[in-house]
Amino acid sequence: MLMLTCPACGVTAEETEFAAGGEAHRRREGPGSSEEAFEAYLFARANPRGVHLERWRHAFGCGKWFHAARSTVTLEVFGTYPADLGAPPEAILAAIRARAAGGEGGR
Amino acid sequence: MRRYSLFALAREALRGHTGWGRAWGAAAPRAAYDAIIVGAGGHGLATAYYLGRNHGLRNVAVLEKGWLGGGNTGRNTTIVRSNYLQDASAAIYEKARSLFETLSQDLNFNVMFSPRGLLMLAQTEHEVRGYRRTAHANALQGVETAFIPPARVRELVPAIRLEGPRYPVLGALWQARGGTARHDAVAWGYARACAAMGMDIVENCAVTGIRVANGAVTGVETTKGPIATRRLGLVVAGHSSVLAGMAGFRLPIESLCLQALVSEPVKPCLDVVVMANTVHGYISQSDKGEMVIGGGTDGFNNYSQRGSWHHVEETLRALTETFPMLSRLKMLRQWGGIVDMTGDRSPILSTTPVDGIFVNCGWGTGGFKAIPGSGWAMAELMATGAPGPLAAAFTLNRFREGRFIDESVAAGVAH
Ligand SMILES: Cc1cc2nc3c(=O)[nH]c(=O)nc-3n(C[C@H](O)[C@H](O)[C@H](O)COP(=O)(O)OP(=O)(O)OC[C@H]3O[C@@H](n4cnc5c(N)ncnc54)[C@H](O)[C@@H]3O)c2cc1C
Ligand SMILES: [Zn+2]
Repeated sequence: MLMLTCPACGVTAEETEFAAGGEAHRRREGPGSSEEAFEAYLFARANPRGVHLERWRHAFGCGKWFHAARSTVTLEVFGTYPADLGAPPEAILAAIRARAAGGEGGR
Repeated sequence: MRRYSLFALAREALRGHTGWGRAWGAAAPRAAYDAIIVGAGGHGLATAYYLGRNHGLRNVAVLEKGWLGGGNTGRNTTIVRSNYLQDASAAIYEKARSLFETLSQDLNFNVMFSPRGLLMLAQTEHEVRGYRRTAHANALQGVETAFIPPARVRELVPAIRLEGPRYPVLGALWQARGGTARHDAVAWGYARACAAMGMDIVENCAVTGIRVANGAVTGVETTKGPIATRRLGLVVAGHSSVLAGMAGFRLPIESLCLQALVSEPVKPCLDVVVMANTVHGYISQSDKGEMVIGGGTDGFNNYSQRGSWHHVEETLRALTETFPMLSRLKMLRQWGGIVDMTGDRSPILSTTPVDGIFVNCGWGTGGFKAIPGSGWAMAELMATGAPGPLAAAFTLNRFREGRFIDESVAAGVAH
């Protein structure tokens, strides 16, 4: 069972209060983009065995979207950050690096 | 390979069962093969088997990072059916189901195929309409199914409660030739038949890299050293994105955990498979007497083979409503498998951006039933370099072309 902290309202709760929203930070393609780019935007996923940057929604709380960095192998949550950030903040990246230095979970 | 038969059984009984050999050898990999399959699950082994049997390609290795059948093939709830909505799905799943009918004889290995009949309950008006439509589609596809009324459901499943408080049973889609098979035996049977053709099945051999030169595959790196090949089949279910990453391309796949559980064994009380897709639960009784129960996937990307408890709770809550007798049963074991989900909930059998690399994945929550048909189609794809009639609709370019084979709308749960 995952524990997540919603950066919008500050509540920490277990995963039944949240809804998973898939891979984060995908660049939206629009009219005029190539078929390859549009296909990749819609369907191709990194789906890493390791750190996954992903979207979550505080569905049964404040309702806001946010981001999380989580290992898909150990299920460790390295941290959550607001929806309007285009990449994880330095503190989360440092936590990921620290874990990577110590073993598989950070991959 | 020594054939299994009544005669062999009698002979071994007389000499204390000392003469049974290994079903397949523990091979060390050679330096090169005509074809390599990554993943010794059902789909990988069936691919190898039909490469040999249908296409005469026998210099083949199947590489497995763990033990044979230790992935989803050994973790699933073994439902076999072919009552899909779309023509392309019906074709490959019905091919598989019909191969299951004689698989024990073909492989000389008892896969315990049990076409005991399968019900998909309609518990909303929407489902009633959906399953009537599927029954019509199946009639046109030559797949025998029928929409049956609640009274007939009661006859088939005396233990069911038709008037549930939230989701009364309004009818069901019935496939009399659907059922179950023994999952391990399917993997073992194919493995033994492959070994008998001289193929190498290498367990504890993880593929760690893929060698590509000038856009074409030249071999793989493994924990047992490099192996050369010009024909590589990636058949690794939940790890498909990882293997594709080694070859430098991405797939429209997300890996999720799907859980199942079994109860303590009880006397026979349920002799068909019952699926309840609105409430996300399904159930059958194993030969040992355990109730085999499954539900929907967890929501987030996961490679850990550990799911979330609340999904187990949801599944059981739903099933005890339809089967009140279950509420007194103790659950014995629970486990998870990493399933490879595509957006349209249909599999991928395809060439890839790298010449000589083929993928067979995306079977998600429902590929056990497809093993013989999928192996048949994948072998044709790898032997000829192009998809045959069974695989043609399932190629990767369907996503670019918007040519989805939409089974996610057709059925909420797709085991
Ligand atoms: C709980 C559960 C219930 C299910 N119920 C049903 C059902 O009732 N009916 C149905 O039809 N389907 C069901 N399914 C789906 C079905 O199990 C799968 O679709 C099917 O078994 C997939 O088979 P496979 O051979 O593709 O994959 P797997 O059996 O997972 O085999 C893939 C193999 O690849 C290996 N591998 C991975 N990476 C590497 C590497 N780098 N190098 C070497 N080897 C590697 C793995 O170790 C694994 O053994 C269920 C699945 C689950 C998890
Ligand atoms: Zn919140």
